[in-house]
Amino acid sequence: MAGGASTGGSSQSETFAPARYWLLLPSWVTLTILVLAPVSMMMGYSFLTKEFRGGVIWEFSLSAYDQFFFDRGLFGDDPPVLQWTYISIFWRSIWQAGVATLMSLVIGFPTAYFIATRPEKERAIWVFLVTIPYWVNLLIRTVSMKFLLRDQGPLNDLLVGSGLLSEPLTIVNTNFAVQLGLFYSYLPFMVLPIYAAAERYNFALSEAAADLYATRWTVLRRILLPSVKPGIVAGCILVFVPSLGSFLAPDLLGGAKNFMIGSLIEEQFKGNAGNWPFGAAASMILLTLVMVILLISARQQAKGGK
Amino acid sequence: MKSIIKSTVAAAALTVTAGAALAEGQLVIYHWFEYIPQELLDKFAAENDVEIIMDTYDSNEALLAALKAGAMGTYDVAVPGDYMVQIMAGEGLLDTVADGELANKGNIQPQWANPSFDPGRMHSIPYQWGSTSFAVNRDVYAGDINTTSILFDPPAELSGKINMLDSQGEVMAMAALHLGIPQCSSDRDQLKALNDMLQSAKAHWASFNSDTAKEVLVSGDAAVGQIYDGFGAKAREEGAPIEYAFPREGYVVWMDNVVLLKDAPNRANAIKFMDFLLEPENIAAVSNYARYVAGVDGVAPYLDPTLASQPESNPPADAGPGVFIEVCDQQVQEIYDRIWTDLKN
Repeated sequence: MAGGASTGGSSQSETFAPARYWLLLPSWVTLTILVLAPVSMMMGYSFLTKEFRGGVIWEFSLSAYDQFFFDRGLFGDDPPVLQWTYISIFWRSIWQAGVATLMSLVIGFPTAYFIATRPEKERAIWVFLVTIPYWVNLLIRTVSMKFLLRDQGPLNDLLVGSGLLSEPLTIVNTNFAVQLGLFYSYLPFMVLPIYAAAERYNFALSEAAADLYATRWTVLRRILLPSVKPGIVAGCILVFVPSLGSFLAPDLLGGAKNFMIGSLIEEQFKGNAGNWPFGAAASMILLTLVMVILLISARQQAKGGK
Repeated sequence: MKSIIKSTVAAAALTVTAGAALAEGQLVIYHWFEYIPQELLDKFAAENDVEIIMDTYDSNEALLAALKAGAMGTYDVAVPGDYMVQIMAGEGLLDTVADGELANKGNIQPQWANPSFDPGRMHSIPYQWGSTSFAVNRDVYAGDINTTSILFDPPAELSGKINMLDSQGEVMAMAALHLGIPQCSSDRDQLKALNDMLQSAKAHWASFNSDTAKEVLVSGDAAVGQIYDGFGAKAREEGAPIEYAFPREGYVVWMDNVVLLKDAPNRANAIKFMDFLLEPENIAAVSNYARYVAGVDGVAPYLDPTLASQPESNPPADAGPGVFIEVCDQQVQEIYDRIWTDLKN
């Protein structure tokens, strides 16, 4: 499919050359309205002066970024030192999202492989089954998960009732609960791209490698994984990026005791703080971080391709 | 009274449209979630031949944020809490109700006729009032609960089983009562003490949550929960073995108020609605539903008899003072924000 598009590309693009810009116009307009304009507004707001109790004053200011990076003590008049509060919030978010991504990969890769190795007729059914829980709203799924995991919930009833544990296992309101919630929320985003890549994989290659005395482990590492790597990278990005900005799972499953970036930003707009420029600045820093991660992975992909 | 869950369900199902499509006019209400009974809205719609549209919010701050982000001119009335009335008036978001516009203004109880957050009731009428304290599971802890130490320096049985409201105002006011310092104090030593006390108290807390403040008590996941009196009563009626505490150090009292918003598109209907809610029979219906107390004379005959005797509305003789949440000035509020962020980090 990809090959067909690139070989036929040049003649086709000449066919449409005169109308090219007109045909592209709808997508440019959409991108401008839905992406460029909101991001520009956010960037603009992050350089404005905050108004007490929400809103902005139209005066240029760097204080939002200053607040992010420099700590001047509780009363704001100590000499500035590096501010760790927000960096640690970002670091925690990266860690939580990273663990959730790893969990999704560990569960998602075998699942995708399993589906890809089913007979062709069955595959659609398996993919369909993977998506079923995701017809339900994310909020409701997260709350349900909380009720499942809580100290007096079904899981602990089972563990204690069967004699496996003497005390209920505390999962809710821990970091692990947040990771579990993120993992569960975004698992299909890992399964589906890997499945798409694995489905195109020619399993005769595995057989050929085995014929040449490659162990199963070597086949997986040297033949299968490199072939489905684009799917894995896409899956990791699709799980990691939304996990990074999530606020439902940390609020509901983590007990809102440890801010993640999403909750921090929400607080700036909805909470008592009402510091819009700071919320915008934190969003811009998050956006930059995600872009850097995407650029690095894109470069690595390009290198791997050569 | 935040509720992500309920307000999302509400946002999906609400925007209630009552009354006939051919109604004379409209009334657009911005209200807390799960607070006003639908029958009461239907009654007003039928009596005045107006179509009622209602959106809901889950915190005073969310209300302010939405109005400041451009929702002015959309809504006719809103229902902010006491301190938020003062803030909204200061921000110029409220219209003035002129003398004589409200026929039933005389029904307001004298104690609520001239409150500090809206002197002379220029912009608002009383809606419901109650307290915010905490409830303790009596199966888990049998000792004395009428002290704020239960929240901030709890006995071993309760440590790690405490749910706090995810609401800066309520937590900070309670913390100030615990330390015996004035709210919004700008004294540096007092602010530092407040910060240190909260940081050490956090180790005892399981979660910050307003959405499920009632549910965690009913399910037994939390043995102590900071909670509004009406929600505490509902949790008890749902079978939670809890007792609502009235600490000696004091507790938070709040009053929600119906305010007339500036640039209200249907100002005349808004005034009619405010008058409607000052009639004892109507405001009593809200009390019966939400389990709070009205600020209007003559409601007694219409009230559910269990309401008057419910322990959540009857502080014992040795209870501390009930205090309103105060509005801090910008400098102190910024320090409060900082303490709050550090607390939740």
